[in-house]
Amino acid sequence: MNAQPYRPTLAVWKLASCDGCQLTLLDCEDDLLEIAGAVTIAHFPEATSNKQPGPYDISLVEGSVANPATAALVQQIRSESKVVVAIGACATSGGVQALRNFADVEAYKSSVYPYPEWIEATPDCLPVSSFVKVDYELRGCPISAKQLLEFLRAVLSGEKPRFPTYSVCTECKLRGVTCLAVSRGESCMGPITQAGCGALCPGFNRGCYGCFGPCEEANVEAYKKLAGAHDAVRRLKMIVTNFETPKGATQ
Amino acid sequence: MKTLKFGEISRVEGEGSVTLHKNGDQLESVELRIFEPPRFFEAFLQGRDFSEVPDITARICGICPIAYQVSCSLAIERAFGMEVSPEIESLRRLIYCGEWIKSHALHIHLLHLPDFFGFADGIEMSRVYPEEILRGLRIKKAGNRLMEAVGGRAVHPINLRVGGFASAPEPRVLQELVPTLDAALEDAIAAVHWVARIEFPHFEPETPYVAMVHESEYPIHQGKLASSEGTVWTDEEFESSIAEIQVPHSNSLHYRLDGKSYQVGPLARFNLNRERLTPIAHQLASKVFEHGPIRNPFKSVLVRAIETVFALEESLKLIANYVPPELSLIVANPRAAVGRGCSEAPRGICFHSYELAADGSVVRANIVPPTSQNLACIEDDLKSWASEFLDSDELQFECERMVRNFDPCISCATHFLRIREGNEV
Ligand code: SF4
Repeated sequence: MNAQPYRPTLAVWKLASCDGCQLTLLDCEDDLLEIAGAVTIAHFPEATSNKQPGPYDISLVEGSVANPATAALVQQIRSESKVVVAIGACATSGGVQALRNFADVEAYKSSVYPYPEWIEATPDCLPVSSFVKVDYELRGCPISAKQLLEFLRAVLSGEKPRFPTYSVCTECKLRGVTCLAVSRGESCMGPITQAGCGALCPGFNRGCYGCFGPCEEANVEAYKKLAGAHDAVRRLKMIVTNFETPKGATQ
Repeated sequence: MKTLKFGEISRVEGEGSVTLHKNGDQLESVELRIFEPPRFFEAFLQGRDFSEVPDITARICGICPIAYQVSCSLAIERAFGMEVSPEIESLRRLIYCGEWIKSHALHIHLLHLPDFFGFADGIEMSRVYPEEILRGLRIKKAGNRLMEAVGGRAVHPINLRVGGFASAPEPRVLQELVPTLDAALEDAIAAVHWVARIEFPHFEPETPYVAMVHESEYPIHQGKLASSEGTVWTDEEFESSIAEIQVPHSNSLHYRLDGKSYQVGPLARFNLNRERLTPIAHQLASKVFEHGPIRNPFKSVLVRAIETVFALEESLKLIANYVPPELSLIVANPRAAVGRGCSEAPRGICFHSYELAADGSVVRANIVPPTSQNLACIEDDLKSWASEFLDSDELQFECERMVRNFDPCISCATHFLRIREGNEV
């Protein structure tokens, strides 16, 4: 009669990353204890010493695959989880550290470490989806707390989570932010970047630099022509590096 | 020889573990293994435009992005001979206070206190101490709100640029924060009293402390570098005095100053700058601490609590005196030069040095995060502490809690490593 309602198990994992996306979860102060009450936090090493073995209902994965150990870990996560959610630019595109994909990682190792042979790193830094099936992706560097909460509420109540597929430009229009590209000729990645930040940068008077990655119908060639300037094109490879190869893979 | 390998340390930022080597009943050596994959930031910064450096380096650490954004901006501005206005400096100090408040509140209440009260985490602890943990979350939230108001968001703020801010906040926006910050100050004072009641284990290692010092304020974004042994360095001297050592068990380099391990962070800052705390924080410090340096790493939780009070008092003062800068962003005139910059991240000094080309692109970057500097000291303390518990069931826990005293940010430590020529040490 007094049966406890089933509480789904939640696991939070980290690959190569800055911890900012996990922190976004801890930053939901008002909702943190509520979320903690609705799920069983079964694995979240950054926040708790309690570790329960799998299987898990929902796994949130932060970070990109960057060495043999993280490649093995994503396989383990997939096999132990019902739902795998890649959170943030690192997990969904490779993230800022994927800049190394455009260089020679052996040269990087020896430019940073005196004994490069002690360091294990794969040549490319890749999104989770290059290795295993990912059920949902939350974009952003970092992810948006609002999207994360909406997402968790939806999956926990059995609804299908929805994310915008339109661009940051639409968010600017909704907020009534003056277009920086039109009014000042500033380079702005808004037209090709997926919404989710609420047009944060333009609202602070600077051009978008693409944290949320390419939107569904991103016309990168048109952006390049319009932006023209060297720095605008270079920005296609900065925090998110897959604007020109939206599948993220550079295998 | 027997080797004891423990699993991943929980409640720290990033991935590491402790390994002990025993010879009979003697502890031979201790390794803090860092297995988080390296991210090679310094390598891919080469060739990037100076204006992109704050956004790229912020991604080293989601908990202390401001430290990276401020240190690199200071370095690049020095290289280009740019002088930002005192108003811009105050605004930087203000958002930096937000980062201290948030980072300290997170570490104290969710990561560190559970060790002293025997809980697995802050959420479990909140079932027994709901008021205390909620109070900690309120303090953290106040720090986040401050970072959002000045920087746009709390993780990887977007408003900080080389030369200042993309846009200066309206005075009204900062004024609206005052009630939240006032309440957080009350909470933070109560937290100090509460944390001071903990019975701390007795442990007083001798180690040199290194922090920034400033003649008139508790250091955050400006000042010289100094050690508890009386050495004072300029940024240039500091860079040439620290030596990096690569060890096989770590993806992070270790650092030594004049051949010795040293400690950075709250204890170092406090020991070198205690007299320049803000009034309430200073008074609380006199109440809960005896005179003289605080050497017990377990008490870092109390120093963080006092620094949180300081950061709240300081932000209220900065908001009361806030005048928006006439020009929020000054224009850079790139030239070929080297510049260095340093600031006090919540975990200690975050030192950056850049060589820039005439077109404004990065030729060489060297970033020394606080946690890498502390690694050698953490291993020293671990060794003495673990020796006391070799036969105890609590050995692994005691090792982990010693590591957590330092609030290590392992993501930082593996993200920045020095560019070298050749392969020699
Ligand atoms: S996506 Fe950005 S915020 Fe998230 S972990 Fe990666 S670098 Fe950090």
